[in-house]
Amino acid sequence: MTEQAAAAAKRRNRCFAALFAIAAGATSACGTTYFEIPIETPIRAKLDVSAFQRVLIAGFVAGGIDDVDANQETVRLLRSQLRSKSSLRVIDADAMELIAVAQEQSRTVAGADDSPRPRAVGSPEEFSEARAGQPVPLPPQIKDERDMEPYERLFANTAYWKRIGEEYQNPLIVTGTVLFMPHSRSGFVSRDVEDYDSFGRRRIRPVRTYMERKGFILRQKFIFIDGRTGATLHSQSHREEVLYSQQQTTPALSSYFELMDKILPDFLQALSSQKIRGTRVLLK
Amino acid sequence: MIFRVATCLTLLAGAVASPLYADTRSDAVAQVDFGIAVAQKGLWREAIYRWERAVEIDPTYAAAFNDLAVGYEHEGQLEKARQAYEKALALEPNNPQIRQNYELFKEINDRTGGSSSETP
Repeated sequence: MTEQAAAAAKRRNRCFAALFAIAAGATSACGTTYFEIPIETPIRAKLDVSAFQRVLIAGFVAGGIDDVDANQETVRLLRSQLRSKSSLRVIDADAMELIAVAQEQSRTVAGADDSPRPRAVGSPEEFSEARAGQPVPLPPQIKDERDMEPYERLFANTAYWKRIGEEYQNPLIVTGTVLFMPHSRSGFVSRDVEDYDSFGRRRIRPVRTYMERKGFILRQKFIFIDGRTGATLHSQSHREEVLYSQQQTTPALSSYFELMDKILPDFLQALSSQKIRGTRVLLK
Repeated sequence: MIFRVATCLTLLAGAVASPLYADTRSDAVAQVDFGIAVAQKGLWREAIYRWERAVEIDPTYAAAFNDLAVGYEHEGQLEKARQAYEKALALEPNNPQIRQNYELFKEINDRTGGSSSETP
């Protein structure tokens, strides 16, 4: 290396050092000193369950596809989650077939309602008013939300739930509805594509492509009932969906668990306090 | 003449106020520093106390509000955390670190209150 080249290299180094010093000075002048710190955010339980020592995951009014027994699977999953993540003792009992219970109750009400009505029904308004007091027939199979709706009356039957509560020595009762349905949607989907520009530099570009996708929708409603009174303490509804490309074949049961995985933290949070771990930045 | 007097007074006021501001800020910075040191040792209540002092001393100090928000979040005081983050962002809307903290905080809030729920 010649003397001139060495001098030029020295000048370049000095220049870099000066630039670095300026950059460092500017950074500290702008007050960007920061410290990453782990935090644990405590989230209080939505429900005060101190009055209960035990919990009964009774069963669910389930519908949708036949490939998955959503009632049995939901009961099994919630029980196993509560055993490890809640202080409540989980009662081991067969999952109740609530569709049959609701249909039986509906038949009983209809039978008691067979007595002749004193008031004649004339106008459509009067007819619908008169129908409001009558039981709406329950569809034998639940395929969608509309089929599910009339079954929800079962949860308002406090006498029934009180009786179930007495049977199991007044626990907290968890019940509700679960609808697991197939779903398909087509449309434009944005996805990242990797390519190289004319200078050979790697770049990632978003590309919109038309795709037909299929998957599942999970609609879950949890109802928490006081086993001492039969009254509803709290209810929460969730809707989750998952879509796959047409070529992908995913078993319905694994999609069900994938969707339940998203709902479970919220369910657990209703009954027990949780800590959510994360990282934040402290600034000077 | 009047213009000269006015200019002198302005300069004088600036000269007096500037060290005062510097003092206020350096007092607040000292509280924030101490808060960070104790938070790193897990003493979050003491940290919150220090950061509360810092924002009292200097209510324009965005970093102090940010740290206070983090402290509140760690203690589960989510409403107070939200208010402190919003104050920090109002003071420094383009600060990426405050914005990132706030986004993460909101994510937790969405997760915990995202579903529709009702209690009679």
